[in-house]
Amino acid sequence: MKSTLVALVENKPGVLNRVVSLFRRRAFNMDSLTVGRTHRPDVSRMTIIMDTEHPGDAKKIIMHLYKLIDVIEVQNLTDQARINRDLALIKIRTTDAISRNNITEFTYRYGARIVDIGPDVTIVEITGEPDHVESFIRELEPMGIIEMARTGLVSMGRGVRSMKKADHESKRHTAALLSLQSNGNSNNGSTGG
Amino acid sequence: MKLSGAEIIWECLIREGVDVVFGYPGGAILPTYDALNKYTDRIHHVLVRHEQGATHMADGYARASGRVGVAIATSGPGATNMVTGLATAMMDSTPMVCITGQVPLNAIGTDAFQETDVTGCTLPVTKHNYLVTDIHELAYTIREAFHIARTGRPGPVLVDIPKDVQNQVIDFIYPEGPIELPGYQPPKEAHEADLVAALELIKAAQKPIILAGHGVTMSGAEKELRDFAEITQTPIALTILGKGAIDEKHPLVIGMMGMHGEAAANQAIQEADLLIALGMRFDDRVTGNTKSYSPNSRKIHVEIDPSEINKNIQVDVGINGDLATVLRQLNPRLKSLEHKAWFRQIMDWKEDTNMRDIVQNSLPDGKLWAPHVIADIWKFTGGEAVTSTDVGQHQMWEAQYYPHARPRTLLTSGGLGTMGFGFPAAIGAKFAMPEEEVWAIVGDGGFQMTLCELATAKQENININIAIINNAYLGMVRQWQQMFYNERYIATPMVNPDFVLLAEAYGIPARRITTREEIEGAVEWARSINGPALLEFVVEQHDIVYPMVPAGADLHDMIRRPTDLVSQDWDNPNAV
Ligand SMILES: Cc1ncc(C[n+]2csc(CCOP(=O)(O)OP(=O)(O)O)c2C)c(N)n1
Ligand SMILES: [Mg+2]
Repeated sequence: MKSTLVALVENKPGVLNRVVSLFRRRAFNMDSLTVGRTHRPDVSRMTIIMDTEHPGDAKKIIMHLYKLIDVIEVQNLTDQARINRDLALIKIRTTDAISRNNITEFTYRYGARIVDIGPDVTIVEITGEPDHVESFIRELEPMGIIEMARTGLVSMGRGVRSMKKADHESKRHTAALLSLQSNGNSNNGSTGG
Repeated sequence: MKLSGAEIIWECLIREGVDVVFGYPGGAILPTYDALNKYTDRIHHVLVRHEQGATHMADGYARASGRVGVAIATSGPGATNMVTGLATAMMDSTPMVCITGQVPLNAIGTDAFQETDVTGCTLPVTKHNYLVTDIHELAYTIREAFHIARTGRPGPVLVDIPKDVQNQVIDFIYPEGPIELPGYQPPKEAHEADLVAALELIKAAQKPIILAGHGVTMSGAEKELRDFAEITQTPIALTILGKGAIDEKHPLVIGMMGMHGEAAANQAIQEADLLIALGMRFDDRVTGNTKSYSPNSRKIHVEIDPSEINKNIQVDVGINGDLATVLRQLNPRLKSLEHKAWFRQIMDWKEDTNMRDIVQNSLPDGKLWAPHVIADIWKFTGGEAVTSTDVGQHQMWEAQYYPHARPRTLLTSGGLGTMGFGFPAAIGAKFAMPEEEVWAIVGDGGFQMTLCELATAKQENININIAIINNAYLGMVRQWQQMFYNERYIATPMVNPDFVLLAEAYGIPARRITTREEIEGAVEWARSINGPALLEFVVEQHDIVYPMVPAGADLHDMIRRPTDLVSQDWDNPNAV
């Protein structure tokens, strides 16, 4: 099974290394990882897709992540309503009119964009839910993909709940998470806003 | 005030209350050593003989006192020599700050002379670490390092400081005010719902048992633990690092649990209907096979590190908080309870334990057995010494035959099992607690891993006693070979130096003991010497630590001492 975690971390050198190293030494597997800025210059955001063999795995890694001093907040979005976005740049061989027509039609159908056209190749960009991106790629495959780059997933929970740079309240989070769990409720690991 | 980075380091250490540091100089840390000349009236520097020793000394200092231990080393090999000591401290949650020199900023990443990626190397063995790239952040970073080391679940923190940052000069203003770490807020109190759930389990239990660990002492919860146990009349089993959490003579204490724990404690855990785990982490050396571990019990786990809850053992109520705080919340709400039948059962087991596993002590066979030595050191020090052990059979015998009455009186590498820890840790402990009588109880193997610190002990004329339990073997490994590898003794017999001559070469008085009759006199002699003294006990080579739960076996599946060796009447410190 795959789990989707989002972590807010301090924007400091070495933080990415700490997070990745944690997954390695605790023998958890990362499927994809994206890191980028947030609206706060001192906070970065990571979306981590991980393989979870056992039901408790995501919870365990969240607890370990919290032990990293630079990790401010972690949400488990796996079972939450959320927006996922994957972006792909795909370079296709388009040497004749037919293939150029095909690519125009596919991109239109999938809501993708042609971002560069050369004499022999076209680069298209698609953004969307990973499934959507996947099926677009499958359609293009017969045409001959020359090169492809994907960003990996970024996710955001829907609704007013937000991740915020943790004040004292939201950092009491781990206690809350354990507490709910011990009362038999399932919990997604967010204290929310 | 204009200060160099090097001076700022010392200023900050003084403000953290540091009065002694353990270290070893070298090129990349030389500016800091040079600046030390100005601070020798306030900070004593102990020159070790190997940086591993510095870390174990800082660790022993911290374990014995609860204060943060400090070790200093140069870049490259100096820093890498610290890795074992950091890992040891990390596993046992010792508050420690290590300061290392680093090559100058512009040389970082160029494979400069004595450059090592120290923050990279030590990342998994520190609670946190820093590379200081801006002198303006130096003081704040050191403050933060001490804060992180000593709060929450304590641990070692390393601060790597490039040489040019040490040399730079700035206007120094000590950063007062709160430490802001949005990602670090150790928990304190328990949630009401969890307290209620725990109280219900406690009330319903017929056969409860407390598992007390290192967290009791680190949280300063000794009194709260005793109150809790007395009100609810709950027996207590201790982890090895939990020893000292409560006077082991207390009638509610069953003994140590785990691989070489007392059989009675393991039996009680397996039979219990409620485990109350307080500041311990269900290490595999205490659980054995987790599948069959305490199968019929509900479980409460109070632990400051949330990642430990449900990590190895699934529990019914996990309480993430500071143990002393949580117990202070719980205790006033407890009702007096009794568990008489349960106690009778435990006492039966305990009597059986004392008869079966504790042996040789009454046999007047003219031989010197290691347990004799430990039990007699216990006796002749009135059970009041701070003991620091190394790792191996002697360590387990110490745990079995030297009951501790007070917290912070047993220093031992539990989680990492680091040979070479015992002797330097004893030196550190004596610096922290000069009024205490300190004994290093070490194996002939492990002692040789850090014996270079004999020179440090002599140079400092530190008043500790060293007891080498010399069985001419890597005894614990030999035990495994005997039990699980069909007595194929490979790479465990040792040809040792003459330890008495060796000590004397360092200018340290020493004696060799070969019979039980000599022990009392030797212990008294060592105690009378003002400065380090060494006793070499030449003990039986083929003894075995009983009972033993083989690695990964069920906790109740203990190998007990063969009954024909059993004898009862001797002055066993553990006797009921
Ligand atoms: C640094 C290190 N290397 C290896 C080991 C594995 N080991 C555990 S106990 C032991 C034997 C210890 O021998 P000694 O110090 O003579 O103590 P004894 O068991 O004989 O009391 C060894 C080699 C270890 N724990 N630490
Ligand atoms: Mg030995």
